[in-house]
Amino acid sequence: MNDSPLAPPIPGPSFGPTYFSTFGVDERLIREALSWALSQGGDYADLFFQHRVSHNFVLEDGSVNRAFKGTELGVGVRVVRGDQTGYAFTEDLSLASVCEAARTAATIADGTRREAPGRFHVTRGLPSRYSVNRRWDDIAPQEKLPLLTGLNDRTFSMNPAIRKVNITFGDDMSAILIADSLGRIVEDVQPMTLLYLSCVAEKNGAREQNTYGVSARQDMSFYSQDRLDLMVREAVDRTMILFDAVQAPAGEMPVVLGAGASGILLHEAIGHGMEADFNRKGTSIYADKIGKKIANSFVNVVDEGTAEGARGSINIDDEGNEAGRTNLVEGGILTTYLHDSISARHYGVKPTGNGRRESYQYPPLPRMRSTYMLPGPHKKEEIIASVKKGLYCTNFTNGQVQIGAGDFTFYVKNGYLIEDGKLTRPIKDVNIIGNGPKVLEQIDMVADDLTIDQGGWTCGKDGQSVPVSQGIPTVRVASITVGGQASS
Amino acid sequence: MSAVEFGAAAHEAVKIARAQGAQGVAARIARVREVSVQWRDGAIEQVTESTTRGLGLSLYVDGRFASVSTSDLRPEAAAPFIADAVAMTRTLSEDPYRALPDPALYANRPDLDLEFADPEYGTLTAARRRDLARAIEDAARSSPGADRILSVTTSVSDSRSEMFRVTSNGFEGSRIDTSFWLSGSVAVRDDDGRRPEDSDFCGSRFLREAGDPNALGASSARRALSRLGARKSDSKVMTLVLDNRAGGRLVSALLSPLSASSLQQRRSFLEGRMGETIGSPLLGIVDDPLIPRGFGSRHFDGEGISARRFPLFEAGVLKNYYVDTYYGRKLSLPPTTGGASNLTWVTGGGSQAALIAAAREGVFVTGFLGGNSNGTTGDYSLGIQGFMIRGGAIAEPVAEMNLSGNQLDLWKRLVAVGGDPYPYSALGTPTLVFEDVFFAGI
Repeated sequence: MNDSPLAPPIPGPSFGPTYFSTFGVDERLIREALSWALSQGGDYADLFFQHRVSHNFVLEDGSVNRAFKGTELGVGVRVVRGDQTGYAFTEDLSLASVCEAARTAATIADGTRREAPGRFHVTRGLPSRYSVNRRWDDIAPQEKLPLLTGLNDRTFSMNPAIRKVNITFGDDMSAILIADSLGRIVEDVQPMTLLYLSCVAEKNGAREQNTYGVSARQDMSFYSQDRLDLMVREAVDRTMILFDAVQAPAGEMPVVLGAGASGILLHEAIGHGMEADFNRKGTSIYADKIGKKIANSFVNVVDEGTAEGARGSINIDDEGNEAGRTNLVEGGILTTYLHDSISARHYGVKPTGNGRRESYQYPPLPRMRSTYMLPGPHKKEEIIASVKKGLYCTNFTNGQVQIGAGDFTFYVKNGYLIEDGKLTRPIKDVNIIGNGPKVLEQIDMVADDLTIDQGGWTCGKDGQSVPVSQGIPTVRVASITVGGQASS
Repeated sequence: MSAVEFGAAAHEAVKIARAQGAQGVAARIARVREVSVQWRDGAIEQVTESTTRGLGLSLYVDGRFASVSTSDLRPEAAAPFIADAVAMTRTLSEDPYRALPDPALYANRPDLDLEFADPEYGTLTAARRRDLARAIEDAARSSPGADRILSVTTSVSDSRSEMFRVTSNGFEGSRIDTSFWLSGSVAVRDDDGRRPEDSDFCGSRFLREAGDPNALGASSARRALSRLGARKSDSKVMTLVLDNRAGGRLVSALLSPLSASSLQQRRSFLEGRMGETIGSPLLGIVDDPLIPRGFGSRHFDGEGISARRFPLFEAGVLKNYYVDTYYGRKLSLPPTTGGASNLTWVTGGGSQAALIAAAREGVFVTGFLGGNSNGTTGDYSLGIQGFMIRGGAIAEPVAEMNLSGNQLDLWKRLVAVGGDPYPYSALGTPTLVFEDVFFAGI
């Protein structure tokens, strides 16, 4: 799925001096802070140091005429007692300030002092999932800007109906260090890039707008000529087809979800509901359903952090646990929740590497990484041909779910009517609404064409945003409510 | 950092940027303290306490523009950060429309007391926060039907923020504000295995007005319990009564196409419609930044432009756009302000119950689920939940339904506006009634 050449990993920083030693972070500071964190008891404590440098360059009206740069530096201190969490953070990494934050977080517990670790061991030799030869903070703007101007020129030359082109290029390097009361120290340097192309076109007095974006944990080599060509073509095609689009029908009908971005269905219909925090609280519709058959036997859903260079991939989660692969659904049976360390302790299982956070300002929560369905026994053509009257959906903008009731939605930006087994007229701008467990039961065909979408998907939960990936083969949902305007 | 040091740090940043070659600079320095207690099922779930701080700079260098921010305020880090930012700005294309606002727009800053900050902010203790959080749960669990309750999560949070902003062309402004919020979220067990959840919240800039934890607990439980047995209904055209708490979602979709950036980038279905009738004669909205204790109140906007009231819609007619300095220059429009402050609606006299009774048949929408609105065309498609209205009364709960149409059509269908502007949002939306709206369901 990545057509950029595989790159050898950048050697990770080693402790003593580490990346954070330039900010005055050493073993003494870590030990003293953890000692304060455990000063009132507490089962577990950790420190999450982060230094993140991000850039955005924006092209509008023909030139790259604005840029944004952000630097975030801070440490979050967490103290856990049972299911309870005390959390504090500071952006001042002095010994006094970090210890003050630790004292604040410690007040969640009210017992007697526990000892901080006497020795720390640094976790080394973690696999690298990031295809990066050159770090983003070492690449000058002059090297990035021609990407944007080139895309702009080619987009305008693709079609004379194009009136406006907006392009955003983003890059990000986040260095993290996690130290915990078990004496573990784990470090990672996480790269990210994003390129987003939006165009507005006018035709016969009407106006339409659409976008195409890609994102990866890769370096400049991600932006191959082929990928840039695809971006221009997709952005323009997805916009121009809207002029021919008709209103989607309304009501319950079969919906075929195209391979790739339709993975948003899994993210909303099952992914969030499988996050273990909702289940340990008993508030998810999937609570008490582990081991139960919830879908056809050819439905297999995984969440993993290991795909080379994917936006949702991570070497370690934000609690220092290795990000492997978790089976949510195996052979139609609900298998494993997505755990952070609190829920893993609660359930007495190993953490699954899903403890993620937006930044040092937030405690970690169980979150998805790359969520997708494995290939199934059917063919795409066979699935479309099976539908007498329904919808085929290809592009999406956003989705949402109610964890407990199970109702979820996703917004279809592009799609087609299926009439008598054939794709006919394009449709646009329609929300689809269903109920998670009911819709999983309704997935009655799964094709063999699994595609992981490379879009810049961002997942929001409890006010925290994290980057994710999603994917799916072509699937058929036998019946779901389409929120169109015309009665079917 | 004291208030004086705060101002000095912002001035110092401007000085460094100018020494590096920036002709125009705006510097903003801020510090926010937040404390939040989350309570679940009889015990504290999470306590977070933090102070965040940051410096933001807008740089105008040789006709070029960039904006940067950092939380790394170590003195040895600030100068290299600013030097690097100025160098980055130089790599961009020139943009003749970029400039700091005309200093004339900084003049006549209103001086009425908007009561941003509660002098009693410091009196809220950890014990009091815990008592409030517990009281919300206790009230929820003493509601009728509480045996259906699976879990109650409540929260008490407060913040105090300080901000100082200065520009190289004569603007200087600062503010301190506080806020206090309470929330209650209740999950209930339905007969079919669903676990519907709903929540309610209240808050204020002033602790004493933050709201009654007992009333909040009761309303969160009532909202969740009322979701039991929700089903989808038939697809058809019906009257829409929109709860004042939920209306902000639709109103936001009407506001974003009013921005000059949307107009100039041709992404607004309201482009070229100034003076045209967009809604029914009942649509009357004023942008009002000068409401004491208002969540969106301000003496000056993010660019420093002095705040004033102006109408957005009068009797359905579009009267103003949100115009900032940059897109105003591109469009040759005088700046108003970059974005919404508080909205004041021309309200009707009716209570929500009276509007539901008058509607007779329809759907009372209490919340949206996902969906989107296309600002370029005005098409919207939004998931909804709520209740059927039968014989003028709230009847069975509905879920898994959807509302679709075009905003240019929808706002003309506005047939009643309640007298109940929602108090916990700067959008202050009253209950709204629209006739003949299409709902998708079965």
